[in-house]
Amino acid sequence: MTIMSMWEYANPKRFMGWTGHVLPWAFGGAAVCLTVGLIWGFFFTPDEMRQGSTVKIIYLHVPAALMAINAWIMMLVASLIWLVRRHHVSALAAKAAAPVGVTMTLIALATGAIWGQPMWGTYWAWDPRLTSFMILFLFYLGYMALWAAIDDPDMAADLTSVLCMVGSVFALMSRYAVNFWNQGLHQGASLSLDKEKNVADVFYQPLLFAIAGFVLLFFALVLLRTRTEIRTRRLRALIRREGQ
Amino acid sequence: MCCYPKGAALRQPCYRSSPVLSVQNLAVARGGATVLAGLSFDVPAGEALILRGPNGVGKTTLLRTLAGLQGAVSGHFECPADEGAYASHADAVKSALTVEENLQFWADIYGNAVPDMVWDQFDIRDLQTRIAGTLSAGQKRRLGLARLGVIKRKVLFLDEPTVSLDGFSVRLFADYLRDQHLAQGGIAIIATHVDLDLAATTLELEPFTATDHQTDTGDEAFL
Amino acid sequence: MIALLHRDLLLATRAGGGFGLGLVFFLIVVVLVPFGVGPETAILSRIAPGILWVAALLAALLSLDRIFALDHEDGSLSLLATAPIPLEAVAVIKAAAHWLTTGVPLAIAAPVLGVLLHLDPSAFGFVVVTLLLGTPALSVIGTFGAALTVGIRRGGLLLSLIVLPLYVPTLIFGAEAVRRGVDGQDTATPLLMLGGITAGAVALLPFATAAVLRMNLR
Repeated sequence: MTIMSMWEYANPKRFMGWTGHVLPWAFGGAAVCLTVGLIWGFFFTPDEMRQGSTVKIIYLHVPAALMAINAWIMMLVASLIWLVRRHHVSALAAKAAAPVGVTMTLIALATGAIWGQPMWGTYWAWDPRLTSFMILFLFYLGYMALWAAIDDPDMAADLTSVLCMVGSVFALMSRYAVNFWNQGLHQGASLSLDKEKNVADVFYQPLLFAIAGFVLLFFALVLLRTRTEIRTRRLRALIRREGQ
Repeated sequence: MCCYPKGAALRQPCYRSSPVLSVQNLAVARGGATVLAGLSFDVPAGEALILRGPNGVGKTTLLRTLAGLQGAVSGHFECPADEGAYASHADAVKSALTVEENLQFWADIYGNAVPDMVWDQFDIRDLQTRIAGTLSAGQKRRLGLARLGVIKRKVLFLDEPTVSLDGFSVRLFADYLRDQHLAQGGIAIIATHVDLDLAATTLELEPFTATDHQTDTGDEAFL
Repeated sequence: MIALLHRDLLLATRAGGGFGLGLVFFLIVVVLVPFGVGPETAILSRIAPGILWVAALLAALLSLDRIFALDHEDGSLSLLATAPIPLEAVAVIKAAAHWLTTGVPLAIAAPVLGVLLHLDPSAFGFVVVTLLLGTPALSVIGTFGAALTVGIRRGGLLLSLIVLPLYVPTLIFGAEAVRRGVDGQDTATPLLMLGGITAGAVALLPFATAAVLRMNLR
């Protein structure tokens, strides 16, 4: 009898098993949290003095931005697991998370721009945070493009994992470089969309629901996409076996 | 098994000691699918092993695995470290350099000098200062094979080395293998359809085609 | 190992298209900018450091896909992988050859082209120094990208998409150092960061490059 380890759940067949059960709950939970968070946040909180009602876009912007970064971190961890332990599900989860992450980044950028318009009078400003998200967006695109360009799935997993690792280092470096770069323009730090300082308690609670909703939504979408990737690989394996 | 290569000028002492290359229960994969499994063979010093089998059976995969370019699926093989060299039908001849510069480059990489016999052995002495881009296909092949004479490695993994060589050049190459390489205790594992007229064992690979698929590699984990 | 550097330099200068092409491209981009932006001296002078850096970056990008693709096509890469030099050393040497044939000429040509953009003469030295300090990073990062895409047919555009975001930190500090030099401000910080990125990239990326090459050769 072998000792059961958590890695057993990473086996593709077992993964399909438990995710099939978990998935409806994840989507359900996401729907509940998002509904509560967004409706509460948009309609049942007072308008803020300085910024009017547009500040409510933070209920989309902040969770999306958080998930954009967390998605990349999840991809990094999954890539490391693939490189070290060669768990296929891990590699496919990283591949599956990228489009979700890139969408979150886009939402963060778009909502950042919409928020910026009334505040700065412009749809875009090279604010350090927004700029960092723009760079992250480009990293996501490169990662997804590399996956798409390679036929052999295992080699694609290998190469994209290394790219994710190297990209993470450079993404961090870029963050500091961009801070340095913007500060040099003497535009002042007040443009940064600092969620902690600007958000009073009454806004904070619906924000927590919105964040929880986005986390669950990310989790559910990645599980769903990973299941699809597993099915695609299985189909490929069956076709190849038929051909032999 | 003693080794007296046919046609050798000198009789070599019999190497009854351990073989140069020893393969045990090796399985190799291409593109995530195991192609050959259960391979076990030894190659003593001074011997050549010819790999035979239909196209796609896995000759290239096996050679690349033994040469160290890819990992084996299971099993293991013993080969003296830093003694292997791989050559395929891709020449690695740089068209912009002269023949001499091409060979000198490989000599420098492997820390040797270009031995004088290489020019005659592969019949390229007249081509020494010619730009490699102006050579014919057969001449380029001979240059690519001359590289083997320059790097002087004991264990040669050769994948279809005689492609685009005429009969005369094939004999030149076989003479080199027999009189220089094997006679000095080297071994060669060659995938070829051509009869090289060497005293060599033939290994048919078709019986080793992998049938039971292992669940760890590539696609198999998903079935 | 010097043999590999020597061979690559020979191939770059003889085969044509590597050495001079980058410089010509650099010139073309610099010439195009005033057509796009207008010939006003004040504006050109202000953006000159940035334009020179961006143009140098793009010119460095041009010869990246040749780094490994040619060797991959004619089988040299497999042979180099089985040769007695470590693959990490191959990565460093390839990057060095790229730098010597692209980065260094760009750095030297930059002040000359800076004249076309009304670059402040006090900045000439800074442009050369920052480019010399930063282009090794561009070569090493580019070599990593080239190794990633070596097996992909017509992977040039993908190579650019992968490599250009990785160039951002070097670009930021390089251009900023030149601007500060023009304004007479303290250039120590950006220069140090630029040097640090280059040193780190040169020391660490070859390992990633070698790992990627091994993956591609399987």
